[in-house]
Amino acid sequence: MSQSYDRGLIEDFGRWREFSAGMWAWVLHKFTGWVLVGYLFTHIAVLSTATVDGGTYTATLQGLEQVLVVRFLEVGLLAVAVFHILNGIRLLFVDLGVGLGSQDVAFYVALVLTAAITVASIPTFLGGF
Amino acid sequence: MSTQIPQETETETETDVEQESSQARRVSAERTRAGMDQRAEDELSDADETVELKVFRYDPEVEGKKEPRFDSFEVPFTKGMTVLDALIFARDHFDSSLTFRHSCRQAICGSDALFVNGSQRLGCKTQMADLEWPVRVEPLPHAEVVKDLVVDMEHFYDQMESVEPYFQTEELPSGELDEQRQDRANREEIKMSTRCIWCGACMSSCNVAAGDNEYLGPAAINKAYRFAMDDREGEDMTEHRLNIIEQEHGVWRCQTQFSCTEVCPKDIPLTEHIQELKREAVKSNLKFW
Ligand code: HEM
Ligand code: SF4
Ligand code: FES
Repeated sequence: MSQSYDRGLIEDFGRWREFSAGMWAWVLHKFTGWVLVGYLFTHIAVLSTATVDGGTYTATLQGLEQVLVVRFLEVGLLAVAVFHILNGIRLLFVDLGVGLGSQDVAFYVALVLTAAITVASIPTFLGGF
Repeated sequence: MSTQIPQETETETETDVEQESSQARRVSAERTRAGMDQRAEDELSDADETVELKVFRYDPEVEGKKEPRFDSFEVPFTKGMTVLDALIFARDHFDSSLTFRHSCRQAICGSDALFVNGSQRLGCKTQMADLEWPVRVEPLPHAEVVKDLVVDMEHFYDQMESVEPYFQTEELPSGELDEQRQDRANREEIKMSTRCIWCGACMSSCNVAAGDNEYLGPAAINKAYRFAMDDREGEDMTEHRLNIIEQEHGVWRCQTQFSCTEVCPKDIPLTEHIQELKREAVKSNLKFW
């Protein structure tokens, strides 16, 4: 079909500005899902230092917590996880066929809640540095 | 909706004079290019407000039009003017080779689904007043362009046909003259799904359909829903229908992006219907009882 011929201006990636709520929700859900999978690897790597002995595990964690970038990444991870969970709940309702007329509102609520929870977490993650 | 309301003029005498002169002009210069230009110019200068249309142009058969480009047309804006009205004005006054499909002008034939300001809409159901100006009009994305705003709909029709879009049942009523009656509740259930006008807007808006040519697409699945949910077809037929929609490129391809629901000019809750068929498919496969 359209592959066979260049539509020029028509099928441009620049059209992301025209995405609607449902499309953004999908993009962000896939993105956050794969970020979480990526985190899983680092998570396992860090946790597995506990198989050496308790001291190594504590030292690793303390070492990591002293790196400012790690503190910021933790805030980011929380944001990603919270959004994925909240939008995941939205998607479960979509799968059950409940309230599909308000799916866009549900997406905005997920965004606002994610932002609020992320902001509220900043003192915890960045404090005591 | 698409009726063009004539512009109000101040006094009756003025209207008469204007009509007379414009009629005279028409007779003398009807088919000449200069007449066409003159007429357009007059109507433009008479208009209180004009709107710019940016229209996608492409014709593989004409030298110099093989490169897709955008043409601008300035058309007089009138109250109640639709995108289709504006296109018709541009074609009739500026460039008779400007090509687009239209027929009913009342959102029932499904010929004029277009890509207007970055979203799939029916030309005849979209008010110019509701859009940001200038208005950009392009052919439906994810379909081959035949010429200008005309796309090849063959693939879309194939997908529609593949779900057997007609009533069929083995459970015929006993008496020869008996009607196959549907109860009110069941009719209510399928009501919205019957409204499809085969315009193809939903299919064009769908990200999944764009990447997978075999995907049935929202309209075809909605069509399947219309019959699968119709009690009168009977259980065997419903199962046959579920087999069609749960195939590899059927309902499970839907990623609930809601793009189709967003653009459907007949307000059919497409995503809702697709989700319901997903649940029906699971239920019929999990029958332990
Ligand atoms: C309470 C926690 C979670 C909930 C409620 C949740 C919910 C969901 C749902 C409903 C989907 C399906 C999306 C769709 O229908 O298209 C999904 C997809 C996904 N989730 Fe989660 N999830 C959770 C936790 C996680 C975690 C911890 C990870 C990573 C290890 C993860 C990774 C993914 C990925 C990669 C996808 C996309 C799969 C695809 O490509 O289709 N999720 N999630
Ligand atoms: S479901 Fe709606 S958008 Fe899709 S073809 Fe039918 S009328 Fe057009
Ligand atoms: S002209 Fe028939 S649907 Fe628009």
